Amino acid sequence: MFDNLSDRLEGAFKTLKGEGKLTEINVAQSIKEIRRALVGADVNYKIAKEFTDKIKEEALGTQNVLNAVKPGEMMVKIVMDELVKLMGTQSVGINVKGKPGVVLVAGLQGSGKTTFSSKLAYYLKNKKNLKPLLVAADVYRPAAINQLTVLAEQIGAKIYKEPDNKNPVEIAGNAIAFAKANSIDVVIVDTAGRLAVDEEMMTEISNIKEAITPNETLFVVDSMTGQDAVNTAKAFNERINYDGVVLTKLDGDTRGGAALSVKYTVGKPIKFVSMGEKMDTLDVFHPDRMAQRILGMGDIVSFVEKAQDQFDEKEAKRIEKKIKKNKFDFNDFLGQLNQIRKMGDIKSLLNMIPGMSKMTKNLDIDDNAFKKVEAIIQSMTPAERGAPELLNMSRKRRIAKGCGREIHEINMFIKQFDQMRKMMHKMSKGGGMRGMPGGFGGK
Amino acid sequence: MSFFKKLFTREKKEELDQGLEKTKTGIFSKISRAIAGKDKIDVEVLDELENILISSDVGLDTTVKIIERIEARVAKDKYVGTSELNSILRNEIVMMLAENEKEELEDWLPPSAKMPYILLVVGVNGVGKTTTIGKLAHQLTKQGKKVVLGAGDTFRAAAVDQLKIWSERVGCDFFDKGMNTDPAAVAYETVQYAINNNCDVAIIDTAGRLHNKIGLMKELTKIRNSADKKLEGAPHDVMLVLDATTGQNAIEQAKAFTAATEVTTLALTKLDGTAKGGVCIGISDQFKIPIRYIGVGEGIDQLQIFNKKVFVERLFEK
Repeated sequence: MFDNLSDRLEGAFKTLKGEGKLTEINVAQSIKEIRRALVGADVNYKIAKEFTDKIKEEALGTQNVLNAVKPGEMMVKIVMDELVKLMGTQSVGINVKGKPGVVLVAGLQGSGKTTFSSKLAYYLKNKKNLKPLLVAADVYRPAAINQLTVLAEQIGAKIYKEPDNKNPVEIAGNAIAFAKANSIDVVIVDTAGRLAVDEEMMTEISNIKEAITPNETLFVVDSMTGQDAVNTAKAFNERINYDGVVLTKLDGDTRGGAALSVKYTVGKPIKFVSMGEKMDTLDVFHPDRMAQRILGMGDIVSFVEKAQDQFDEKEAKRIEKKIKKNKFDFNDFLGQLNQIRKMGDIKSLLNMIPGMSKMTKNLDIDDNAFKKVEAIIQSMTPAERGAPELLNMSRKRRIAKGCGREIHEINMFIKQFDQMRKMMHKMSKGGGMRGMPGGFGGK
Repeated sequence: MSFFKKLFTREKKEELDQGLEKTKTGIFSKISRAIAGKDKIDVEVLDELENILISSDVGLDTTVKIIERIEARVAKDKYVGTSELNSILRNEIVMMLAENEKEELEDWLPPSAKMPYILLVVGVNGVGKTTTIGKLAHQLTKQGKKVVLGAGDTFRAAAVDQLKIWSERVGCDFFDKGMNTDPAAVAYETVQYAINNNCDVAIIDTAGRLHNKIGLMKELTKIRNSADKKLEGAPHDVMLVLDATTGQNAIEQAKAFTAATEVTTLALTKLDGTAKGGVCIGISDQFKIPIRYIGVGEGIDQLQIFNKKVFVERLFEK
């Protein structure tokens, strides 16, 4: 994959070493690198060009860039600031006021409309205490109605459907009447996927919109979309003049340059990001995080959030108690390893830490990084796992055989584990971070 | 070639034409605009060409490669007129495709020596796996093959129903174990079903999964292995379905899925909606996996064999 922007810029500025100053030529070179980084992240090439032209102007126009001690860093900062500015400086919520409030959901096939609609219903129900109604207006795709029915049931929301009616405009209209009669707060209309070039289908969606006059029309776009995002976003906007954008599948490893392309082209705010198949994985949009992601600069906030997602308060309290009593054992350790693993693959986790991607670039860290340690622990008896002090020479020999490792490897691991345990115990007594060794599992 | 076959091929071409209409007007009007008023390939023309290729989702790496090849040629021949640009570019693209599309497919049928022929279909969420399976089953059934569809997506709401409806539409066999069952077991038993019922082909659907989810990718390896357990050598094909509107991430997808399941063939969907036939070029350049099918429309018949010669010809036709 493409190196991240900081790496690219570093290369561009290597020639600058000793000069410590930006010249027009060097700026031009780094501008090209920025442009390529953006295009590599799927930002539309035209937008990338316009954007970098602006950066160039700014970089040459500001004295503090030309005189900066580290022009490269200064440059990255300008790019970041501009990107964030472009993406909207704050998140914008959705408007579901009305009796009932109406949300229309539209987009291409496979962009994730149905999943998003259900997540939105879940969000409104659980976070806003509203009574949502999901409307199955996709009459084309096989089993689309069933899919929404199953999801509605899962989240405990009402669904409106007419399996025998092939007219989505009618269905949507009837749904509103149904909502009024049943004291529904918000109606969410899930529509069929359609191509922007499909005249008939585009007419249909604008007819639906006219029939139900939604307070909020949302355009759902797959964050992995390439250069074409611009055309699609524009075409849908011309027909249904949507109020906001939803970015889906952000739990993948795409840079998500499409977000910038869409925002830049139609100027509509990105209102939600969706990341996962579980119903509670809907989040408001954070422009700064997205900017970092596009530039491949790591995303420490998401890292912490991901860690928090996996964090189980009860379990943490239990472990804390054990540490205080110096009773942290192999079972606890194994549990912690599993928790880390649940967060995703280790390399992509490390890459979320700013500056880390350079170090992991040539490193082939895979999911098996913990395998050795796990094999050792799993070769222990339950009693040994619970009481590390039991391990004598003969037990260690048996464990070594069990996991196919040398005895000195077992010794080393137990030693490291012991050190870690002592350190954690010390810290838990308020000793702070003093004398902290290099962390567990070192090589 | 029989008259009927000719007729059939022509029809197909027309469809491909329509599907690629946007791509064509995309690349061509742009190139003619880029070279208008110029008689020589210079830096400006090359820059413009770079933009054109990138905007067609050819991808940065492949684009740079193409530009460098043309640059080298311009350097060698000293003077190259813009009128030759089209033919040079065409040659370059043909060469890139030729590197891994060894055989020129007119049609594809499972080899009769391997029966039942097991095809496993994988891909990220929303690329069109189930639809592609439906269209493919239709084609094979139409050609007299006995097909069974295995409902291996036991996770997404109503996925089993969706595949079932397709099997009814197509008129082929269908095997499922219901929702929330072990997909590896579905794969195993679909193979068994195919053997017991003398099917020619079994197509096994899987749940969409993002390629960076390690647990889910491991599940795919397990599905693959369990098919092999029932019938050695199965699956005979692992087809990765890619969405043509996807950008650079398609490359990462192909890498990860290949690592998990040894992908043998690609299907590129939604080519009708995008201006981006260019993605075929990038994918062919970056992977040594041949593209077998392209989806060019919503109709049940709109799944086509990817024929690189026809593809390039259409791309460059005026």
